[in-house]
Parts: sequence; C-alpha cells; structure tokens
Amino acid sequence: MTWETVIGLEVHTQLATKTKIFSGASTEFGAAPNTQACAIDLAMPGTLPVLNAEAVRMAVMFGVAIDAEIGLISSFDRKNYFYPDLPKGYQTTQLDRPIVLAGTVDIQLGDGSTKTVRIHHAHLEEDAGKSLHEDFHGMSGIDLNRAGTPLIEIVSEPDMNSPEEAVAFAKKLHALVVSIGICDGEMAQGSMRFDVNVSVRKKGEELGTRTETKNLNSFRFMERAIVQEVERQIDLIEDGGKVKQETRLYDGDTHTARSMRSKEEANDYRYFPCPDLLPVEVDQAYVDAVRATLPELPEARRARFVDSFGLSAYDASVLCDEPSTAAYFETVASHCGDAKLAANWVTGELAARLNSEEQLIQHCPVSAEQLAALIARIIDKTISNKMAREVFTAMWGGEGEPDAIIEARGLKQVSDSGAIEGMVDTVIANSTKQVDNYRNADEAKRPKMLGYFVGQIMKASKGQANPQQVNEVLLKKLEALL
Amino acid sequence: MHNLTLAELSAGLIAGKFSSVEVTQHFLARIQRLDGNYNSFITITEERALAQAAAADKLLAAGNAPALCGVPIAHKDIFCTDGVRTSCGSKMLDNFVPPYNATVVENLAAAGVVVLGKTNMDEFAMGSSNETSYYGPVKNPWNTDCVPGGSSGGSAAAVAARLTPAATATDTGGSIRQPAALCGISGLKPTYGRVSRWGMIAFASSLDQGGPMARSAEDLALMLNQMAGFDRRDSTSIEQEVPDYCAGLQQDIAGMTIGVPAEYFGEGLNPAIEQATRDALAELEKQGAKLKTISLPHSHLSVPAYYVIAPAEASANLSRFDGSRYGYRCENPVDLRDMYMRSRSEGFGEEVKRRILIGAYCLSAGYYDAYYNKAMQVRRLIKEDFVSAFKDVDMIAGPTCANPAFAFGAKSDDPVAMYLEDIYTIATNLAGLPGMSLPCGLVDDKPVGLQLIGNYFDEGGMLNVAHRYQQVSDWHSRCAPGID
Amino acid sequence: MSIDRSDIEKLGELARIHISDENALASAKSINEVLALVDQLQAVDTANIEPLANPLGARQRLRRDEVSEGNQRDAFQAVAPATEDGLYLVPKVIE
Repeated sequence: MTWETVIGLEVHTQLATKTKIFSGASTEFGAAPNTQACAIDLAMPGTLPVLNAEAVRMAVMFGVAIDAEIGLISSFDRKNYFYPDLPKGYQTTQLDRPIVLAGTVDIQLGDGSTKTVRIHHAHLEEDAGKSLHEDFHGMSGIDLNRAGTPLIEIVSEPDMNSPEEAVAFAKKLHALVVSIGICDGEMAQGSMRFDVNVSVRKKGEELGTRTETKNLNSFRFMERAIVQEVERQIDLIEDGGKVKQETRLYDGDTHTARSMRSKEEANDYRYFPCPDLLPVEVDQAYVDAVRATLPELPEARRARFVDSFGLSAYDASVLCDEPSTAAYFETVASHCGDAKLAANWVTGELAARLNSEEQLIQHCPVSAEQLAALIARIIDKTISNKMAREVFTAMWGGEGEPDAIIEARGLKQVSDSGAIEGMVDTVIANSTKQVDNYRNADEAKRPKMLGYFVGQIMKASKGQANPQQVNEVLLKKLEALL
Repeated sequence: MHNLTLAELSAGLIAGKFSSVEVTQHFLARIQRLDGNYNSFITITEERALAQAAAADKLLAAGNAPALCGVPIAHKDIFCTDGVRTSCGSKMLDNFVPPYNATVVENLAAAGVVVLGKTNMDEFAMGSSNETSYYGPVKNPWNTDCVPGGSSGGSAAAVAARLTPAATATDTGGSIRQPAALCGISGLKPTYGRVSRWGMIAFASSLDQGGPMARSAEDLALMLNQMAGFDRRDSTSIEQEVPDYCAGLQQDIAGMTIGVPAEYFGEGLNPAIEQATRDALAELEKQGAKLKTISLPHSHLSVPAYYVIAPAEASANLSRFDGSRYGYRCENPVDLRDMYMRSRSEGFGEEVKRRILIGAYCLSAGYYDAYYNKAMQVRRLIKEDFVSAFKDVDMIAGPTCANPAFAFGAKSDDPVAMYLEDIYTIATNLAGLPGMSLPCGLVDDKPVGLQLIGNYFDEGGMLNVAHRYQQVSDWHSRCAPGID
Repeated sequence: MSIDRSDIEKLGELARIHISDENALASAKSINEVLALVDQLQAVDTANIEPLANPLGARQRLRRDEVSEGNQRDAFQAVAPATEDGLYLVPKVIE
C-alpha cells in the first residue's frame, strides 16, 4: 500500500529590527547574558509594551512579497503559560487578527516543475528568552536577551508531501525573507526556526493525526526529522498502533526526537486580547508604499540571471537559493565582465571552499571585488585557470590582492611569443627521438603525442607559459618538420 | 499647618511664610505620632522627604520653583518609586525595590513635590475595604472600627487624618471614589488614558486609571495638572492636550444639565444617603444647574461584567509574579513547578488568588465565549448607555456608595457583598469615563459622597461643578472627630 | 455554571496556585458565589454586539526603531532572588 505524507510548516522568523518588538532594548546577537533585557523584557511590575513601527513594516513587507492580503486592522492577544524563558507568563502574539493573511509561495521541485504552497497567515509575536541547561548547582540559568525579539510566525497550509518539498519550501522562504531585508537569515543563531507538522495517510483517505516537531534550526535537521517522523508514524500504524497528537522536540546532537509530555499537560492557553496594546491599523496607502520599496524577489532574479546573463537554469537557481550568494555573484559578474566564468567560480571553487571551511558567504575572506579581479586575470590571459586556483587559495589565506600575489609568486603567464618560440625550439631540439616518433606516427595518433612536448615546455617555463600559445606554436613547428 | 489645603501650602511656601522643610517635618511628625491609629502608610520615606524638602527650599528661594514645589504628598504603594520599596500591599513584593519611577511619580517629582511615603492599599488593588493588605487593614479616621474603603484606603485615610494634604491613588472599579466617599475627602478618577499607567502596577489594564485624592476640588485640580498627560511609554495613553484644571474652577454652572440616573437611586440605597445626595443636587440646582432624570438601563450588569473582565486581565497581569526575577520566592523549591506553586500560593493573599482563579476560569477553553466575550459585549452596551445619556446631559450625578463605611469583618467573608460595594462606580471604569466623589454629608456620623461622572475628558467640568459645590458647602472641610 | 473541587484543582494548575485540601471546598464555594453573580450576563441578548476591549476605541501608536534602553543588569538583578554570571537562576528546567 502507498502512504502519502502531509507536511505543514510553522516558521519562526526573527525580524532584523534594531530593537525589540515592544521595547527599546537592542536585539544585537551575542551580548553578555541579560545585558539587553530591559525592564519591559524582564516583565518588571508596572512596565508596558509599545509596538515597534519597523516590526510592522517588515511584516507588511513579507505580506506583499507573498502577494498576501494585509490585515489592515490586526491585534495582539496574550497566550498564557508559565515558563522561565517567558517573563510575563504570557506571550504577546496575534491569534484572531494577524497582520498577514493568506498568500502563496512557489517552490521548484527536482523534476523542474513548480508547486504552489499556500500560506495560511503570518503573525507578529515576541520571541522568548533562553534557558541554559548547564548545571548551576542543580539550577538552570535564564538569559532574557532574546525575550521580546520580534518574530513573524509564518504558517503554511499542509501542502507539502515529502521532506524534499518541505526543505525546498523552507529554503525558498529563507531566500525570500533575506532578500527583502527583514531577516538576517543566520540559521545558526536561530534567526529562522521551523516547527514541522507531519501526518501520514493512505492515498485517498482522510488526513491522519499530526504531530508537531519543534525547534528545527537547519534545513538538514528538518529533513532528517521529517524522514524519521514519517517512518515512525508508518511503523506505528502498520503495527496496529495509533499516532498520538503531540509535540515532539528534536535534538540536533543525537538526531532523535522525543515527546514533550510536559507541554501536553493541561494545554489551555487562555488567549484573550492584550489590554495593554490597541488594535494596529495600517491603511492601503501604507501597504502600497511598502510594496513600492520591495526589492527584486528571488524568483525574478533567477529569471533575470537566465535572460540577461545567459546562465543555465540550474546555475541561476543555485545562485538564487541564497540571496547573499546571488548578490556576491552579481558583483563578481559586473566587475569581471564574464558572467559565465563568474558563475563557474562562485558555484565551483568558492562554494566548495565555503563548504569545506563551514563559512557563510557573508563572512567570506575573499570579497566579490577581489574574486572579480582574479577572474579578470584569467580573461586577459595573465594566468591560467590552474594558477588562478593557487592565487585564490592565497587570497583566502589573507595574502592580499590577486595582482600582488601573482607578482610576488612570479605566476605571471609567459605570453611573449618570442620567448615561447625559443622554449619550443629548445625542447624540439632536445627531443629528437620523440620528434621522429611523431613524424612516423599515424595522423590520428599525433595529437595524443603532443602532451609530452607541452609537458616539457611547461616544465621549462616553470608552468608560466600560456598553454594555449604553447599549443599553437608547437603544432606549427612540428607541422613544419613533417 | 496640617489643616491648610494643598493650594494654601503651596501659596505659603511661595510667599515664604514657612519652608518646605518645616512643612515636611510637621507632616512627618504627625505621621509618626498618629498613623499607629490608622495604618495608612506602608513605608515612610523620612530621609528622602527631608532631602527633597531642602532641595525644594533652594528652588523656592531662587524664585524659579515649579508648580507644587515643596508641597508634601504621598504615593499609593502601587506606583513604582526608584529606590523605595513598592509592595502593592502584597507579601509578593514585600522586598521589591524598583530601579525606576512610575510616570506619575516622575511628573510630580518634576513639579517639585516632597514624597512623605507610600500608602497602604488592598493587595494588588483588589478589595473595597483595605482588609486584603499584607500590611494589615487601614482604619477609617472617622470611626476606627470601620473600614476606610478600598483599594486606595491608605491614601484616603492619610488625607482624611491630615497626615498628608494630598495623595496619589488608582481606581479600577471605584478604588479612588469609594474610599474618598467613606473617608470624607475628594477623589477623582480621570478618563481612561488621561494619566499614564507606566510604572503603576497593573491590576486590570483596560480599567486601571491613576488619579488624585485630596480635601477639595481645587487641590485635585492642582494635582491632576501635574499627573495628567500623554506618555509615549503607555500605548493606551491619550495624545491630547491637558487643560489647566485650575483655570475653569470658578466657571458659572448655570444652564448646565445634570443627569440623575434612576438606576442609582433604586433598591439597596441607604435612604439617608439618598437624602444627602438629593440635598447636594438641590444645591447645584440652586446655582442654576438643571436636573434631568435619565436611565442607564444596563447598570445592573456592571458588576457582573466587571467581575469577568477584571479577574481575567488580572489573571494574566499577575503571572509575572513567579519567583524568578524579583519578589517573593518560596524556601528551597524542589523543582520549577514547586517554585511557581509555592511562591505564588505563599506570596499572594486569598482575595488575589480567588480573582486569579476566577479569571483563569473565565478565559479557559469552552468558557471564553460565555464569560469573557460576553462581558466585553455587555461592556459595549454599558458604554453606549452613557454615550446616549451624554447627548442630553452635560454631567451625571448620584451617590458614590449605597452605604457609609462598614465595620471590619462585615463583608470580608462574603466576596459578593464586597463586590457590590462598587455598584455605582464600576460602570464608569467599564466605559472609560472620568468620575469623582466629593463629601456631601454625614450619615451615622460617617461621611458619604456625591459622585459626578463626566463625559470623556471632561475632568475640568467635574472639578468646576465640585468646586462650585464646595464654595457653598463645608462637608469637605470637616474633620473627623479627634483630629484637630 | 458552577465548578467543583476538581475544576478548582485544574484552575490551580493552570494559574500555578496551590490549592490545599483544607481550602479547596471553601475556594470552590466562594468562586461559585461569584460565578452566580456573573451569570446574570447570560440573560443578555448580545447578538451582533462587537466586544469592547478598549473603552476609547483608540488605535495603537508605533514606536521608532531606536535603541533607548541600555544595560541595567546590575540594577535589575539587585532585586532578584538568585543570579549567577548574569543569569537568573531557577530550579532546573526539564522539557
């Protein structure tokens, strides 16, 4: 029998505001514990929230980017529960009237087709602090710097049917929120976190009971968690069991998920409208003004890379997955003037190096301008592709600008035709046996025999002779001997 | 000196008749000597007060003194005071010293007042008799066997006993007006949003409003001039200019129409209070005001709606008191749940716990629509009653309370009887309207109050009517027996 | 509507208020008295009445996204029951 997987995502996206959603404390990542938790974030008695205008703008920006209807009047509710990382004892969120209503996001599938994932809504809310579980004499430590960081929770419809689709959707959202500048996209810092709702059913049957796996902060974890959960549910049902509706917590260290039983007990959040905040009203003119500032979206950029740069659909797609990569590529291409070569370098050498060093392109030690300058030296034949890779390694290691490295390491390609002719003549003169063989060989076998001569010439030039020129000169001279 | 009004003290300080240090010492000595009888203060800030007074005297001498420079007042212990314990009448905050000031405290400090201390109150402002305070009940200066009303019972008793010329207070369902009436002083609850709630520990956010208590309308005007105003730190604060409330006090009230709600004179109203109220209204009529009987048909639903909305909001507002970051934490919690459960159970008193449980119930799954949502709908009906009444009248007047001050213990085991104490005052909070109480007689030798309800932002109109009444009556200047 | 002892215990769990055996019944009784008072609301026809959350029907004002709050950790933690290395300490959190 065939099982069908049904997946919906809730994506917590930290907005890239300077301050908290309801207070003037900084949202900068990485500060010492509780140094960015002000009286409001700490829920000190008598303190009150005031909504950050930029959080509203960013939420609306997301809404227009997914072609959603904007909630012209939205409002905040209190979700009540006790937890040490939640200082007020309630989370301020939007339940009944979210700021972003239904919209859509298109994803590209492996077979090249496109699928539309519906967004149910996206709402503004505040992030919680962090519980540090290191042992403080049997106690937990609470850091509330993150408490009150603005989030939009993006809630999809259960429109995805495989882990791959879920990951494609997550990546697409990531590219989108980063390219419109509302999120820094730093997954490792928790800027985007996924809760995954998974259920399975036999084809044609009603939706099965779903579980929610929380706390997934990488695409890889998400994919693994879904695969595991789907297997678990199918095994359970096939063994005659039933899937229990529950919240599961994924552990990135052990790659296992477990039921959060504590969360299930008496799960009654007693939502009600927050009396400290008033309904938020935005008018159509405001929405239109935000729409007017919308930068190019990943989808449009991808199409442009194909149309105006002549890239393959695949290369364009890879480059546009990550807005910083796309931006980096554009700088390289425009500076060096050869988009295809630029794409090869960005998706090839650069991507491989970033990957092996686990580095984000935002923190790449080789700037786009530097890479462009390097590629320019390939184009003007100063260096070969092979030497360029050596120069690139040196640049990565912080040795400076490509021209300086080429100069310092004496990597400049010899393109002086007189010098090359001299080297070719010398090698031919010292290789009488090989020249004889060449002369006596079948015409078809001759090209293969060129390798020896080229090798000798490159050796003589310490690798600096322009290989294309060497080939041309060598062929001409050998032909003349026939 | 303690018989001088705030206005007279301020004038005397400016004229150099006495110094702020002298005035402050006088009141501090009086508190030391007499407050043992009333328990109206939780904290007395003697050192700070004297330092503030000395600073005020310098400003006064230099001739650039702000409005209330050197005048002593007291703050209800619900307003956060930087460096001074702010308990909210609760064991939960017995050790809580905030590192920030409430906006009301800041505003009055900027006006140059001297703060004598923090006044007693029902725990988290939940109560109408001041019997729920962790620091013990406040006694009514008119009869120390009786309650002063609540929740601002400490502020009311302190003013009535001439321990301070004025005090700040808060009113969520009548907590300024009812104790003002029971203690024979004047108190005003402004329009919701007129006075900032920043730093005022929340009971029910959509109902809470800070306001002044003093002996006369004129003194209330002086206080409100400093307390009122837009505050960007409070989202519910209203961005509207504050008039000079003193400027309009003398205006003629002839031609004004005063609505008298039939529902406020029904069953349950003490006949002697009805008489005192009608006498006061007749006095206003003599000054040219027209009386018009009106109807507020949903009045009887005010108390039920309030006892859903206020506990619901409170149940969430008080969740922050969890023993984690400030306030009371139980001894040796065995785990997190134990810390929450015991800190809250030991830190809160019975009435607070009762209201938290009622609030949680009204919001819980399956009951939200029947209780909370219904109450919010009824709240609109109550507001609309007033909106339509104000199409025909300029002001509304009636009794503040159905009965004079009652004896300790009389209602403390009967929450419903206690809740009905606020039957005439609660609707004003639900509608967000301004209201005030001023003394209008004595019943059984205990003071009773006339309540005025103004249209939105018409604090000035109420103060005008109250002041005119106080020009021709002396109830407000009478002193409780035994207080010289 | 009225509540019994087990309802009270559930509410106590939600609100993190310990209901002792001695006062569970008394609590239920007094809460039921209040609920009886509140039940008058049920008789009112409120069809098509929009709930009123804020008495003035005002709209939310927005704050500019500028940092206005600096580090005041020491001041805030001076009143905390237990801290270490700048963290608030609570009994172990188990999820």
